[in-house]
Amino acid sequence: MSVVSAIRTRDAAELPGKRDEAWRWTDLRGLIRQVPAPSDELDVSALHAGPFDALADEVLVVANGRGAAHIGVEPGESKVVALRIVSRGDGAHAARISVDVEVAGRLTILESYEGDAGGYLSQTGLMLSLGKDAAVERIVLASDGAEGVTVSQAEVDLAPGARFAQSVLTSGARRQRLETVVRHPGGHADLRLDGVYLLADKRHADLTTAVTHQAVDGTTQQLTKGVVRDQARAVFQGKIVVAEGADRTDARMGHHALILSDRAEVDAKPELEIYADDVSCAHGNTVGALDDDALFYARQRGIPEDEARALLTEAFIGEVVDRIGHEAAREIARAWIGERLRG
Amino acid sequence: MLSVSNLHAAVEDKEILKGLSLEVPAGEVHAIMGPNGAGKSTLSYVLTGRSGYEVTAGKVTLEGEDLLALEPNERAAKGVFLSFQYPLEIPGVPALTFIRTALNAQRKARGEPEVTAPEFLKLARAKAAELKIDFDMLKRALNVGFSGGEKKRMEIFQMAMLSPRFLILDETDSGLDIDALRIVADGVNALRSPDRAMLVITHYQRLLDYIKPDKVHVLAGGRIVATGGPDLALELEREGYDKYARAA
Ligand SMILES: Nc1ncnc2c1ncn2[C@@H]1O[C@H](COP(=O)(O)OP(=O)(O)OP(=O)(O)O)[C@@H](O)[C@H]1O
Ligand SMILES: [Mg+2]
Repeated sequence: MSVVSAIRTRDAAELPGKRDEAWRWTDLRGLIRQVPAPSDELDVSALHAGPFDALADEVLVVANGRGAAHIGVEPGESKVVALRIVSRGDGAHAARISVDVEVAGRLTILESYEGDAGGYLSQTGLMLSLGKDAAVERIVLASDGAEGVTVSQAEVDLAPGARFAQSVLTSGARRQRLETVVRHPGGHADLRLDGVYLLADKRHADLTTAVTHQAVDGTTQQLTKGVVRDQARAVFQGKIVVAEGADRTDARMGHHALILSDRAEVDAKPELEIYADDVSCAHGNTVGALDDDALFYARQRGIPEDEARALLTEAFIGEVVDRIGHEAAREIARAWIGERLRG
Repeated sequence: MLSVSNLHAAVEDKEILKGLSLEVPAGEVHAIMGPNGAGKSTLSYVLTGRSGYEVTAGKVTLEGEDLLALEPNERAAKGVFLSFQYPLEIPGVPALTFIRTALNAQRKARGEPEVTAPEFLKLARAKAAELKIDFDMLKRALNVGFSGGEKKRMEIFQMAMLSPRFLILDETDSGLDIDALRIVADGVNALRSPDRAMLVITHYQRLLDYIKPDKVHVLAGGRIVATGGPDLALELEREGYDKYARAA
């Protein structure tokens, strides 16, 4: 049972739903009565430019499930790849992309989910494999349409000494799940998994991560921050498992949300499961509102209410954006956030 | 310039200001003194439009215009500035970014062109030097981790940058060391002009040695119960508020 098989068989009963523990807050089964027909092929040459095209050595496009399937980085090679996942129309489509970074290779993946106003159902599976001492930074900008349903599922396999850093930024969709599963080998491999969600109207976003530390000396840092307003709903599920024998693991997870309306909702489930000794693990989870006193202070200085809210929210989110390593991508992410907070 | 008449205001249904009247003409500096809990800060919040401070009766005008009908940011654009008794911390927003946003928002509201980044920086450097503020401090998140005195100095820096027309200083002297007090007073005095006015709330005569008031008012029990010249402050320093508290 999975989103992929539901799309392939057009059987809605295959979709995960609220009875599945891992999907209980992102119910696709209850939402989609009938799996849409396969999406039409798109004329890629007619697409507008993607948000990261100008920064990349290579631009790969997956349009309605068709297109690029592989990104490879040779030992010691270094490159920046823009990966555009484009969805148009009301159909269903799935794509599978494998990313192999060999020993000491370096890759920056600038990934964008680009939807239109259609009621599409889109699934993307990414298999990332990092060799010894490889370094990958993955920056994801998810700009789906309000009627789209998107599921992105990344599986990351690290070798000892590898570094993987990820920042996922999303404005949600009708329903959206952005999932990352990491097998962490310890051995001084280093992992950062960050997230930002900015949700308005009736949008939904689910940032789910699962990290398993399998051996000694691994580090994981996670920081997710988000804002929900109107009737939007955010889901954060962060799970870190420190397996038996994965001693000296250092893992931290933070999730902090601002709720800007009574009808918006945030569901958070941070989980640490520790079966090893001598580990340093911590998690923090907070949900709050904007500080009214700070808002008044800003307004007393002449800043109109909307701008004051945007400024304070931007500052709240900024902590996550500041952690993006690729400088130009970081500025694009910042501008993307600014647009959404002031739009 | 500022005219307050028969102002009544409540906080959480408790009446704090009970018929307060006050006139501060352009060009003048008025001091307000009064016991703890008298309603001095409440007055400053009512004048600036803080939510939770409900005006139940009375009128406030600035140059004839009804101030109470305006949003807090609109009042700021008209030139009302409050130096807070307890300045707020703004995490993640560098002081310079905050002040530039404020300055340009005010200018926009007044139909003036925005200041450019270089113009703004030049002005900020000049004002920081005058107020002996380390320029690097302006790159830090506003007031976050600043000492009590640094926050007060930052209020005056913002005031200098925004050059307001009606200034309210709510215990700006508290928490300042002796040198800082003089620097801050110089900053405030630099803004004295025939078309500006100031309301200086303080507990101590010392500030009034530096910022010489035209009038001193005693606020007790939610009203102005006495008004005099600078000598009144000296008298209060000697004798306390006893007789006024009883009168209120
Ligand atoms: N949010 C609030 N809820 C309840 N009471 C309040 C609130 N804010 C102020 N008050 C009350 O209003 C009264 C006036 O307070 P205010 O802060 O205006 O006094 P003040 O004259 O500025 O005193 P101080 O000299 O100590 O600064 C006090 O009795 C105070 O407890
Ligand atoms: Mg006070």
